[in-house]
Amino acid sequence: MAVIEIRLSLPPKGLEAKEIAEKIKENFPDQVIDVAEFRDQVSVIVKKDQVVPICKYLHDDPLLSLDHLQDLTAVDYSGKKDVRFEVVYNLYSIRYRHKIRIRAQVPEPNPKINSVVPIWAGANWHERECFDMFGIVFTGHPDLRRILLPEDWEGHPLRKDYPLKGPGPENDWPGFIEVLNRSKELKEFEWEG
Amino acid sequence: MEQLEKIFETRELNVNMGPQHPATHGVLRLVLDIDGETIVKVTPYVGYLHRGIEKLGESLSYFQALPLTDRMDYVSAMSNNIGYCIAVEKLFGIEAPERAKFIRTMVGEMSRIANHLLWLATHALDIGAMTVFLYCFREREWILDLYEMICGARLTVTYPRVGGIRNDVPQEFLDSLWKFTDEFPSRILEYETLIDQNRIWLKRTKGIGVISAEEAVRWGMTGPTLRGSGVPYDIRKHAPYDAYDKVEFDVPIGTEGDTYDRYRCRMLEMRQSNNIIRQCIEKLPIGPVMADAPKFTLQPKDAMFPITHPTKEHAFFIEEKTCKGCGMCMRACPAKAIFGEKKKPHKINQELCLACANCYVTCKFKALKIVPGGKGLSDEKLAELAAAPVPEDIKKATEHLVEQFSFVKKGPRAPEGELYVATEVPKGELGFYFVSDGSGKPYRMRLRAPSFIHAGCLPRLCVGHLVADVIAAIGTIDIVLGECDR
Amino acid sequence: MLIDTSATGLVTLDDGTKILPPNLIITSLDKIVNWGRLSSIWPTTFGLACCAIEMMAAGAAHYDFDRFGIIFRGSPRQADCVIVAGTVTKKMAPVVRRVYDQIPEPRYVVAMGSCACTGGVFRTYSTVQGCDTFLPVDVYVPGCPPRPETLLEGIMMLQEKIRKEHARWSPWR
Repeated sequence: MAVIEIRLSLPPKGLEAKEIAEKIKENFPDQVIDVAEFRDQVSVIVKKDQVVPICKYLHDDPLLSLDHLQDLTAVDYSGKKDVRFEVVYNLYSIRYRHKIRIRAQVPEPNPKINSVVPIWAGANWHERECFDMFGIVFTGHPDLRRILLPEDWEGHPLRKDYPLKGPGPENDWPGFIEVLNRSKELKEFEWEG
Repeated sequence: MEQLEKIFETRELNVNMGPQHPATHGVLRLVLDIDGETIVKVTPYVGYLHRGIEKLGESLSYFQALPLTDRMDYVSAMSNNIGYCIAVEKLFGIEAPERAKFIRTMVGEMSRIANHLLWLATHALDIGAMTVFLYCFREREWILDLYEMICGARLTVTYPRVGGIRNDVPQEFLDSLWKFTDEFPSRILEYETLIDQNRIWLKRTKGIGVISAEEAVRWGMTGPTLRGSGVPYDIRKHAPYDAYDKVEFDVPIGTEGDTYDRYRCRMLEMRQSNNIIRQCIEKLPIGPVMADAPKFTLQPKDAMFPITHPTKEHAFFIEEKTCKGCGMCMRACPAKAIFGEKKKPHKINQELCLACANCYVTCKFKALKIVPGGKGLSDEKLAELAAAPVPEDIKKATEHLVEQFSFVKKGPRAPEGELYVATEVPKGELGFYFVSDGSGKPYRMRLRAPSFIHAGCLPRLCVGHLVADVIAAIGTIDIVLGECDR
Repeated sequence: MLIDTSATGLVTLDDGTKILPPNLIITSLDKIVNWGRLSSIWPTTFGLACCAIEMMAAGAAHYDFDRFGIIFRGSPRQADCVIVAGTVTKKMAPVVRRVYDQIPEPRYVVAMGSCACTGGVFRTYSTVQGCDTFLPVDVYVPGCPPRPETLLEGIMMLQEKIRKEHARWSPWR
């Protein structure tokens, strides 16, 4: 029988999010800056240097087993906090049904952080998107280039100093300006009905 | 053999499956490196539909950003809206009433059926079974007609709202839906008869795109794509939202991890969704459909009827002694019915006045008075009546009115914080990560789209297969480019 | 319009066509060529976003497209119309223009949906505000997304436009 239908009986919930935060604090005491909580969700704010060992510990430890990387994204706190960027990892354990959020602070000039692609292969595209939208460089990433915008686009849109409507028609992406020019040239051959 | 290869010097061929292609389900571009007919490497290029929804969401209030989520996974728009509403409700700290939860579960499962029908239609059309396309669209039209009955729109519905749903469902909708659930299992049997044991279908889907359970989790897959490999992860069971903990349903889990198992998972899911809809109709409680949270949801219109009902004849009047002459009401009036000089008390021209209450809401000094039954009276009479104490119902109605104005203009203010909420949409796990800074607009709105992750898994699924299997692989991961590129 | 099939002399129709039974028709070449072109508009499949789903629904059995003579062709070289259904982004604009350039004349463009007409809801850095910035559009079909019946109305308007064309077939135009 290829596919079975089961009435999923779930195992009891594993650890509370606060306990996971405590475990991280125990094992990496000098990396944790703060622990924040909102609506029963706990975030652990860490420095960016040891992000990969922290994630590996959370992934491999048999009692934590946070094997599902739900989301990897970044936030630009320009002006609101001292450190401009924060890379956010949302982790979940399919076995124990507990979750935690790791926020790694990445300071402004030349934002760089280590890549977690060796642990989760699915983080590949997440990190490319962060690079595209924020300009954060992930060292150790196999193929870091723009993904959602054209390869030669200038600027990183999700930063707070990038205007919503774009930099204006003169500073637009050269590929689009070329299309407009070409359509103007070809206009004389069009049928005027 | 090696001598032959040396003489002929074969190379890998680089083929572009461009953004305009009948089988790529939208604007997906694939560059295939092929050796003969076998694939060596696949590089997907996405971003041809990147519209900047995340950045646009940062400049709109929470309510205004709701229609943007429709356009993400446009095949099953209700599920996106439900995911957004649940995330924002958790952020505000409010909860939808029971009836709204059941109705949302019902329309969510209808959109799951609609999505799987379209998936089957395009997947089968790509592999070659063209009849299934027409049959599936016949059912889909039925579901879209039902959507039209409740909210007027077929595709981009925006029916679930923050705090509940837009309006209650009429009884004929429930009757029609019950009839649909009666007939649907026989229709699924029709599709299964056509392709389930078909030799061509089996040859083209068995053993294609095999991925093991552990690897699938590492690659970030979710939804039926993950469950086909044997991982029991369904957010409706792991972290139930809406009314999913009050209905009973099974979750299909595959064993082999190939395209055929994912196909069977989705077909069985359609049957389960049918079952859930029937249970929801049976258990539907009576009650309100919008949460009673005045700071975060719009009140029903009849709360303001004492003032705004068209048959009531109220007049708006500026009291001379309280008016400071600041000119704010004059600027706010859309009919330009207020006149007066600076620092001198203003007057309303009763002929031009539309009774829209813009001036009432703008005045900080409480100089505007609403005079019941004052339409058409002279200014002196109005001054006399305005001095009288205000009746209770007018007082309450005016409070509601002021609240609604500031609500619609600035949007509800969320508390400061961040949260990540995931729901099970037909394609996988849709996650919303909000960072709120206490204002009415999200500081960061992140949409974790399942199609984005699955499109990234294409290189892993296609290696070693033939070119025609790429089409089957794209169909089995069920991507929609609107969601992938946002 | 009903034709009297028992007549023996010259029969004149409303639009000026004269028929001499049984097999002689006197009309202008414009009318024949335009009638041939409007009865078999073959669009190239160019669904970009949500409007593509409504286009597919218009092509399915419920709101049939085929009864108008419309068959979707995969390659632009074999088509004579492009229905731009969905949002055009700046990354996609060169591709749209290239597909349009590959269609042989006479060719038509139908902008389907608000995003293709004017950019729609998305007033952002990466969305082209309407495909008429780089394409000559014949018919605009607004809606978000337009119902299949609206798209059929748009195609019928395109048929009317083709019917009124003058000497588009002729080398002396």
